[in-house]
Amino acid sequence: MSLLEIDNLSLTIGDTQILKDMELSVSPGEVMGLVGESGSGKSMTALTVMRLLPHAARAGGRVTFDGIDVLAATEDQMCALRGDDIGMVFQEPMTALNPVKTIGEQVAEGIRWHTKATRAEAEERARKMLDRVGLPSAKFPLSRYPHELSGGQRQRVVIAIACALKPKLLIADEPTTALDVVLQAQILDLLRDLVAESRMGLLLISHDLAVVTEMADRITILRRGEVMEAGDTARTLSEQLHSYTRQLAQASMHVPARARPRGAGPGQPLLQVEGVTRDYPGRRTSLFRRAPDIRAVDDVSLSMAPGQSVALVGRSGCGKSTLARMILALDRPSSGTIRFRGDTITGKSEAELKPARRDMQVVFQDPYGSFDPRQKVERLVAEPLHVLDRKPTRAERREMVAHALHEVGLGQQDIDKYPHELSGGQRQRLSIARAIITRPKLVVADEPVSALDVSIRAQILDLFAELNQKLGIAYLFITHDLTVARAITDEVLVMHEGKIIERGKTSEVLDRPQSEAAKSLVAAAPDLHRAIARRMQEQG
Amino acid sequence: MTAYLLKRLAIAIATLVLASIVVFAVLEVLPGDPARLMLGMNASADQVELLRNQMGLDAPLAWRYLHWASGLLSLDFGRSYTYSVPVIDLVRERLAVSLPLALIALALSTIIAIPIGLFSASRRGRVGDMVAMGAAQLGVAVPNFWFALMLIYVFAVWLHLVPAGGFPGWAAGAWPALKSLLLPAVALALPQAAILARVTRSALIEVLNEDYIRTARAKGLPYRAVLWRHALRNAMIPVLTILGLQFAFLLAGTIIIENVFYLPGLGRLVFQAITQRDLIVVESVVMLLVAAVIAVNLVVDLSYAVVDPRLRTRQ
Repeated sequence: MSLLEIDNLSLTIGDTQILKDMELSVSPGEVMGLVGESGSGKSMTALTVMRLLPHAARAGGRVTFDGIDVLAATEDQMCALRGDDIGMVFQEPMTALNPVKTIGEQVAEGIRWHTKATRAEAEERARKMLDRVGLPSAKFPLSRYPHELSGGQRQRVVIAIACALKPKLLIADEPTTALDVVLQAQILDLLRDLVAESRMGLLLISHDLAVVTEMADRITILRRGEVMEAGDTARTLSEQLHSYTRQLAQASMHVPARARPRGAGPGQPLLQVEGVTRDYPGRRTSLFRRAPDIRAVDDVSLSMAPGQSVALVGRSGCGKSTLARMILALDRPSSGTIRFRGDTITGKSEAELKPARRDMQVVFQDPYGSFDPRQKVERLVAEPLHVLDRKPTRAERREMVAHALHEVGLGQQDIDKYPHELSGGQRQRLSIARAIITRPKLVVADEPVSALDVSIRAQILDLFAELNQKLGIAYLFITHDLTVARAITDEVLVMHEGKIIERGKTSEVLDRPQSEAAKSLVAAAPDLHRAIARRMQEQG
Repeated sequence: MTAYLLKRLAIAIATLVLASIVVFAVLEVLPGDPARLMLGMNASADQVELLRNQMGLDAPLAWRYLHWASGLLSLDFGRSYTYSVPVIDLVRERLAVSLPLALIALALSTIIAIPIGLFSASRRGRVGDMVAMGAAQLGVAVPNFWFALMLIYVFAVWLHLVPAGGFPGWAAGAWPALKSLLLPAVALALPQAAILARVTRSALIEVLNEDYIRTARAKGLPYRAVLWRHALRNAMIPVLTILGLQFAFLLAGTIIIENVFYLPGLGRLVFQAITQRDLIVVESVVMLLVAAVIAVNLVVDLSYAVVDPRLRTRQ
């Protein structure tokens, strides 16, 4: 007997069909993985079960939870279910908690609401739950506020809220997507334990096939609101009967074809970072006192050859983005020097930096946030041209933009579009076009594919590889995703607490990590091959 | 928290000192000798010189500033040129009208605006919201003196519930005094409430789109409980900012309403002092208002910290 049974569910918002003939079931103690790319209707499925859909949404079909017809239930019945029998964990832990209430209040609130327990009883249960999710009272008293916690800790609080009343079903919508791999592994372990402890059903929603494979007993693959394939995880993924399943699996393991990797050959290095340190002033503890400085980057040295592709990997907060900002001369080191093509760039004025700026560009993580929505593609891509010595004419500018668009696989017709008219993948191509228009020697890419769906991500990785070969651009990839590092870089630098603690050929470091930090990164990274192999053993 | 408090306090004091220097300097620069003004055009140069000496006007500038500023601290504002009574007495008398009026108006405005804002935000785009916001639009657009006249017509002339104007003084008893402040307070409060309701609504709508509202709903709280427990407090910061600004306005900017209702308030005192070139009164009232605005801003800043724990522990 299934705990949750979704039959023939269809969902429309306005005139848009979101879900069509959706089928899914979860039994007690079972982990059901729901996989699909963005816009496939995964989150809407979850919100339908919770009946927290936007006002304009219309649902048809049947959703039965524990014998209750969810679509026909009254709002009071749903309020009684939510938080008590069904818990939900959301994607973005940084914003999922109310900033003005303590974590104790927020965990205890649902307990008090559903059980009519007294404040003291509810707080005691909240305390136990927080202990259970790994937030012990010594460091995390109930009186802590969300802003005093890190992303991973906040996600534990959200899980504590969702599981406080031992729900029969937990819905986790991309619970680890915003976290680094080590935190991801910890949160997934916690979810697995909670399922085992109380035979809770878990509906795990993710775009990451490897994560779902590691976790789920059964898997449902969703595409544009329709179920493509469903079944036991091991069989579904090993047989890959459906072409879309195969496509997803291949895309998530995609390695671009690259010619012989370039090493640090003889000749002048492109980039030299020597003994660079960056301190930030500590938090003011009173009017006259400050905490000691925070060392974000600690005595880092590295060197890159022209055309080389290097990965800078590490957990969130390890200092990799600060280092990148200093290389791009967007931030000044507290000490140490950075040389680009032999010229020192530290301590130079903006005017003196102009030639260097021309030769280094940047690609950011979020293709949605990094464009002014009111400007057209032509102006957006032409932005870096102001660093040229001679201002191009209007016709030249258009010609250069068209050429850059062509190089990243966008068409002539896109030049007069606005960013919102482009898809996520096209927008990331746009930011690459913007980066290469000045013919730079170095592109710094900060998590350039982590916001993208697997199939688009494979295409963008191909594009990076192609531009590396064709234009000889060197890359510094900043990422916590080791599959990206493995796919596209020659060398890897592992950063931990501001220091580079391990470096070498990418394949060597990732296959045989030496330092503890590198080992834990490698161990925590989800790997589809490994996950399928393990599932095969378990499920026969 | 202590650091935040001390910092705000230090800023408030610095602002006050700066403002006092500016007010003093402006009146120094203005043409016209107070001693000559007091004695009239026919006085001899010797008489003027004598009075200047008596008033301390011939002392060095810095010394006079310090003298004046220390006077302010002990609530000695000097004597009015036209009435020849201590300025503090004039001000005290007027504040007894203006301060209660401002407080009542502010309370009314808050009591009207917050529920309307909550109502509108929770029914965004529906009929109730449109009616409420239409009324608010009207409240902002209609001038308060016209509204005051309508109130007088209905409640004083027609229904005889309250006096049409004037102020009997607190000596006449609390209730008659309050009764005469009621209509002016309503006239002042309604446009303010209209603005505040719109601010509350838009702040709430923004908050209601936040992820933590969904988290609260997923706990099983009904919509109404989420609105009161989670949304309202997070929407308070812009509301408090507007409230602070409104209080400052209500204290000083009520001259039109005071005139409509024949109230002896602070606004009319300043207006008369300006027309009579009674600069010492102007100077004193301006300083008083500056101090009041700074004090209100300090209170608003501190209430931010009460509402939002992130402001208490800056990270």
